[in-house]
Amino acid sequence: MAQGSVREVKRPEPPDRRARSAAPAAALLRRGRGRRRAPVWFLVPALGLYAFVVLLPSAQGAMFAFTDWDGLSPTRDFAGLGNFREMLEDPAARGALRQTLIIAVAVTVVQNAVGLLLALGVHSTIKSRNVLRVFLFAPAVMTPVVTAALWKYMLAPEGALNGLIAAVGPDSWQRNWLGDPTLALCSVIGVIVWQFAGYSMVIFLAGLQSIPREVYEAASVDGASGWSRFRHVVLPLLAPATTINLMLSIIGGLKLFDQVWVMTGGGPGTSTETLSTLIYKNAFQFNEYAYSVALAIVLTVFVAIFSSGQYGLLRRQERAVR
Amino acid sequence: MNRYRPRTLLREIAMIAVTAVMAFPLYVLVNLSLRDPRDGSSIVVPTTSPTLRNYADAWREAGLAGAIVNSVLVTVLSVAIIVVVSAMAAFPLARVTASWSRWTFLLVMLGLLLPFQLALLPLYQTIRDLHLLGTLWSLVLFYSGLQVPFATFLYVGFLRVVPREFEEAALIDGAGPFQVFWRVVFPLLRPVTGTVVILNAIFVWNDFLTPFLYLSGSDQQTIPVAIFGFIGQFVSQWNLVFAGLVIAMIPILTVYFLMQRHIIKGFAGGLKG
Repeated sequence: MAQGSVREVKRPEPPDRRARSAAPAAALLRRGRGRRRAPVWFLVPALGLYAFVVLLPSAQGAMFAFTDWDGLSPTRDFAGLGNFREMLEDPAARGALRQTLIIAVAVTVVQNAVGLLLALGVHSTIKSRNVLRVFLFAPAVMTPVVTAALWKYMLAPEGALNGLIAAVGPDSWQRNWLGDPTLALCSVIGVIVWQFAGYSMVIFLAGLQSIPREVYEAASVDGASGWSRFRHVVLPLLAPATTINLMLSIIGGLKLFDQVWVMTGGGPGTSTETLSTLIYKNAFQFNEYAYSVALAIVLTVFVAIFSSGQYGLLRRQERAVR
Repeated sequence: MNRYRPRTLLREIAMIAVTAVMAFPLYVLVNLSLRDPRDGSSIVVPTTSPTLRNYADAWREAGLAGAIVNSVLVTVLSVAIIVVVSAMAAFPLARVTASWSRWTFLLVMLGLLLPFQLALLPLYQTIRDLHLLGTLWSLVLFYSGLQVPFATFLYVGFLRVVPREFEEAALIDGAGPFQVFWRVVFPLLRPVTGTVVILNAIFVWNDFLTPFLYLSGSDQQTIPVAIFGFIGQFVSQWNLVFAGLVIAMIPILTVYFLMQRHIIKGFAGGLKG
């Protein structure tokens, strides 16, 4: 409102170079009015690309989920909730859903706890902090296919981890980290945490750096130290960084594909199958096209629930702090 | 708080130890990639007579030269399009206060929520019907559209706290909206453009599933796809595979090491918005 009125005041006498040209007064006026508006057509390229790549195909996908289409045949019939009913009885789908949720929650908790500890560790007077930050963040930049291949070797029966264990401890501690169905999921979670803890760290660091020094000093003067200063002063002020971190890691965890595909392919058995790997298999290997998009709808719903719920919760916390 | 005390030294030692543990897999990677396959000594021991032969073999066998060119092309083109269209879209979205502007912004933000798995299959068929499968253009198109919401979100957040006075001065001086945008607004956006470029370049460079789908069956590959095929082919020759992995990492890690200050600053800037 205020801004609009300021512009109204300025408008009558613009020191316009073009005013000196011989253009007719009507054209000048029209141009003057046009210039006041932000150029709406600037939206066209972005919206066009976005609609073509995201909106339209998502809507199509949502429609196909209620059919029986195999992706190849010329006919497709409306199947109502058939695909979703099938999912309830399909152990593969239930397993994938379970594993996806476990991965998302475990990764979110562990990755952010580790990231926060790392951030607190390198956000201080230590001399090597810049070098350490560079190395701790480096895995987050690396191609997931590359890190997954590296870890596939590290975790193999004759791999580096078992080699290390053999060097320091009893042989009975060695495991088939990716080949044992009960361990494989934990191994995958560990690799994801290893890769992205540095990512959380950098965001927490940015948050820590935005806390003014006076706040620490005031807390110290009030007698708060160590844990209570962290709990009652630092942690609440980190709320924006925490919001972003939790959102990123939970959404990333729900969509996880690359690392699983390279390290285990969903196996052994179906012990590391995620919604993303199952969507891929149904669409491109089993020709269960409609079923695959139905699974994608379930994934969408979970992403929406988690991110909106979390967002609402943390926004309220942030406001409480301010 | 800022003095270096004995406790600080303890913390320093602890953090160095933690970083060493985190970086251990990378040490194994480089160490084994330099080792003759017949050298059976422990992975922890530094290689006694390093050789670059694995690198030469991996370079030849994995077809990495073509893949690097393709990855660079796709990344540069996609990021350039993402930056231009998102910055342009952010201008009216941040400046117009009418309700359609807010609704359009919400519509774009919806894209942050939709997992691309939902759009993946219908889009795959559209791309196929347009005869774009197997071409790099399919990837450029995909990333340009997919990343619009995130980039626009960053630009709008930044632009909302940039004062309007510069634009208004330029308008009064007789500049058209196009000139105002390119000469005044876009240069002001430089800090957030840095963040947008880096985050999107990392994402596009590293993405595996899309090129795996869209380029399969063609002789075009990007780095992650080439590496995936290479691992499958030489799964038992780890020294060779590791040399390939190191080559694949070099471009993105070089960019990272050169720009890391800017990356970390970019995160801090993004947090304030």
